[in-house]
Amino acid sequence: MKIYIYILISAVVSFLLRVLPLTLIRGKIENRFFRSFLYYVPYVTLAVMIFPAILHATSSPAAGLLALLFGVVAANFNIGLPEIAAGCCIVAFIFETAIPYFIK
Amino acid sequence: MESRFSTFALGARHGIPIALGYFAVAFSLGITAAVVGLSPAQGFISGILNHASAGEYAEFTAIAEQTSYFATALIILITNARYLLMSCALSQKFAPGASLFHRILVGFGITDEIFAIAVMREGALSPLYVYGAMAVAIPAWAAGTAVGILMGNILPRAIVSALSVALYGMFIAIIFPPAKKNKFLLLLIVLSFGLSFALAELPVFAGLSESLRIIILTVLIAGVAAAVRPVDDTEAGV
Repeated sequence: MKIYIYILISAVVSFLLRVLPLTLIRGKIENRFFRSFLYYVPYVTLAVMIFPAILHATSSPAAGLLALLFGVVAANFNIGLPEIAAGCCIVAFIFETAIPYFIK
Repeated sequence: MESRFSTFALGARHGIPIALGYFAVAFSLGITAAVVGLSPAQGFISGILNHASAGEYAEFTAIAEQTSYFATALIILITNARYLLMSCALSQKFAPGASLFHRILVGFGITDEIFAIAVMREGALSPLYVYGAMAVAIPAWAAGTAVGILMGNILPRAIVSALSVALYGMFIAIIFPPAKKNKFLLLLIVLSFGLSFALAELPVFAGLSESLRIIILTVLIAGVAAAVRPVDDTEAGV
């Protein structure tokens, strides 16, 4: 039951964020600080979400770190989003499962 | 002038690649949801109502940590704050006479990708085009989450461990390419990594939950960044 309350709270807040500006704003937004703040928010939020959480997503922190390094390098070479996500998984899998299996 | 149906169909066609990507990403989100204890039905409902990768990840983190309802609302506000910006941007694309119903329904459909294809269309925004994209993309997102939860409980531990990295891979693929051209963004990302690591690992901050850490660091770093280096209109996309 509690899970449904969390889902509902998230749904209501997301809905208001998406809908309020569209329904209330009919002219142009002028506040430069507010616009800039909103522009920077996704970068900071996602960065904070990635690190150090990615280290704990895998069984060994080193596998997560390698996946992160791969992702950053791949993103630098204009590789698409699904390919980067899949590549990170493969790197983590190779390091964590395949290599220990063969070296053991 | 396109007919109403052909406008909807065009949106649906443009929504197909988005739907494919969504299914894959939502699948990995479902793996996270399974760890937290969501059922496939709960994952599906969450997907239909929220359809937001970072927002739902934060939602699942809050469930796992039993975060207070108020703090949960606050963290969703922060992680999904970009939709506020996108909604502001779309408000500038609507024909002035557009009905409240269309404004609400188009707003509900905002995601990074649907916003991107909607805002790139020339002229006044056609709600039917957005509905077409929503009709294929959002169910794919919800279904991906449900299947991910189902498979997360069946797949071997090693596979789940590797797949759980996909979500972070997607986040990386979102924030790093723009930082290639903008060194200030790169600096922000590196700074965010460092401070996030410090707050997560230093014993002094041991009582701080992941949700609170995301809120505090986002407001702090994005706030300072906006004050130090305000962006111009073209960068902000408004």
